Amino acid sequence: MVKVTYIDSSGVSRTIEVAPGVSVMQGAKQNDIPEITADCGGLRTCSSCHVYVDPQWMDKLQPMHKIENGLLAFKETRQPNSRLSCQILMTEDLDGLVVRTLPPEPDEDAND
Amino acid sequence: MSESQRIIVVGAGHAGGTVVAQLRQAGFPGEIILFGDEPFAPYQRPPLSKAYLAGKEGVEELKLRPDAFYENKGITLRLAVTVEAIDREKKLIRLKGGEEVSYDILILATGSRPRRINLPGIALKGVYELRTLADADGLKSAIQPGKRIALIGGGYIGLEVAASAVILGGTAVVIESQPRVLARVASAPLSEYLEGYHRSKGVEILTNSQVQGLEAGKDGQVIGVKLTDGRYIPCDAAVVCVGGVTSDELARAAGLSCDGGVVVDIDARTADPAIFAIGDVTLRPLPLYDNQMFNLVSVPNALEQAKQATAAILGKPRPKPEVPWFWSHQFDVSLQIAGLPLGADDIVVRGDTSGGEFAVFYLKDARILAVETVNTPVEFMAGKQMIARKTLVSRERLRDPAVEMMDVAA
Ligand SMILES: Cc1cc2nc3c(=O)[nH]c(=O)nc-3n(C[C@H](O)[C@H](O)[C@H](O)COP(=O)(O)OP(=O)(O)OC[C@H]3O[C@@H](n4cnc5c(N)ncnc54)[C@H](O)[C@@H]3O)c2cc1C
Repeated sequence: MVKVTYIDSSGVSRTIEVAPGVSVMQGAKQNDIPEITADCGGLRTCSSCHVYVDPQWMDKLQPMHKIENGLLAFKETRQPNSRLSCQILMTEDLDGLVVRTLPPEPDEDAND
Repeated sequence: MSESQRIIVVGAGHAGGTVVAQLRQAGFPGEIILFGDEPFAPYQRPPLSKAYLAGKEGVEELKLRPDAFYENKGITLRLAVTVEAIDREKKLIRLKGGEEVSYDILILATGSRPRRINLPGIALKGVYELRTLADADGLKSAIQPGKRIALIGGGYIGLEVAASAVILGGTAVVIESQPRVLARVASAPLSEYLEGYHRSKGVEILTNSQVQGLEAGKDGQVIGVKLTDGRYIPCDAAVVCVGGVTSDELARAAGLSCDGGVVVDIDARTADPAIFAIGDVTLRPLPLYDNQMFNLVSVPNALEQAKQATAAILGKPRPKPEVPWFWSHQFDVSLQIAGLPLGADDIVVRGDTSGGEFAVFYLKDARILAVETVNTPVEFMAGKQMIARKTLVSRERLRDPAVEMMDVAA
């Protein structure tokens, strides 16, 4: 088992254990971590599992698929350490990973 | 809403499972009971034809919430229980077996189910439909290396199952009565692309092909499909996937207005102020499309209507009008569709369809009504945003992939 820590937008930190191979998104769903809604269930088609990865872990992650990059490109909240958590599969190397979750967005689609 | 109040949700699918969680999250303090006739807590159906069927995901990944969630949140799950009737006057539901349970608010989330067709041989062994986890498990046993599966109906589910079968080392033949797959739900360029892609992976696609019946072997197992033009397609199993019908019987019997779905308003409320309906079972207005009424069958729609009902029940602000969207995965093709093409006067293809990365925009004058994207999430996200904002675009710029999506506005 490996550990992942999720820090939510209000600063609350939760650490869980998952089996290697489980995605950071799945870990969140299995442990009722708020703020990761993962509407599409991990198919890399929405972007409701967006997280900020603690910068010290960035170079340990698998490189981003261009579809993930394309989805993130349209997020106003994107930062250099933005990832879709469904695309981060946990490994022994990532044991202790820390990610920050974002508050659910008011529909970005429509104008006010 | 107070602690003494009770919300009953009928149908423990994607919509029902979502709305109970949202009600708690939004602070509903009363009792919540979720009734479902399947023996499982709410799970996701999309993987049933994709990752789950192809053996890449297990049951755990399908679950909408971990099992402990419901107890932790004080949500009562009553599974394998069929709701048989609604008494609107007494505000109660009647379960199979006679038990009655009263409600203050009732939410119908009974979904839809596969359309059944009356064909000779339809009840043979090895003929499947695909809606539930139980269906998927049955079908999984039939999809194996070397086995040939016939898909009756070239819609999304048919194509997805065909892809999963091939991924597992089997072969697949898609039988479609229309001149192209996805004829009712996708543009011609998209259908053409997908047909080509599937064929390149070894899937056989037969269009303009009408099924006459299914042929039985000695043991009552299906061994082939007969077409009306005399062709015979041998197979080891068949899946009937010719669209769905809404499960609106409960609502209809209770006198609620139904027209290919339970008629609801922008808050997901029926004409009875104590009864809401959400998900596949509804016929609902879309503000971005002049409030025309639609029966949308998709996960995003279920999520959206759950949000609407929660807001209305708890007196919170109404969610903003949404752009309906949908996705499909076949092999490594990621398909995303936003908006509705109704009333479009032109389509514009952006990108090269033969390159496997393109988008098809449906336009009315200078407005985008819908977009279908293949492996181009930027076009999807941008298109969805422009549909919502009613952005006016230049067709010439939209058609030119060298022009960034940010710069296609007229
Ligand atoms: C194989 C497959 C693949 C799909 N792929 C996609 C996809 O890629 N993207 C996408 O957006 N959508 C997809 N969908 C559609 C999506 O799954 C549905 O839109 C979604 O499940 C709708 O949720 P719902 O809660 O309205 O209905 P359902 O999930 O069908 O839930 C309704 C539940 O209510 C139960 N019920 C009905 N009547 C009663 C009663 N009287 N008493 C008790 N219980 C009752 C039903 O048995 C069912 O469990 C797919 C569907 C299938 C079947």
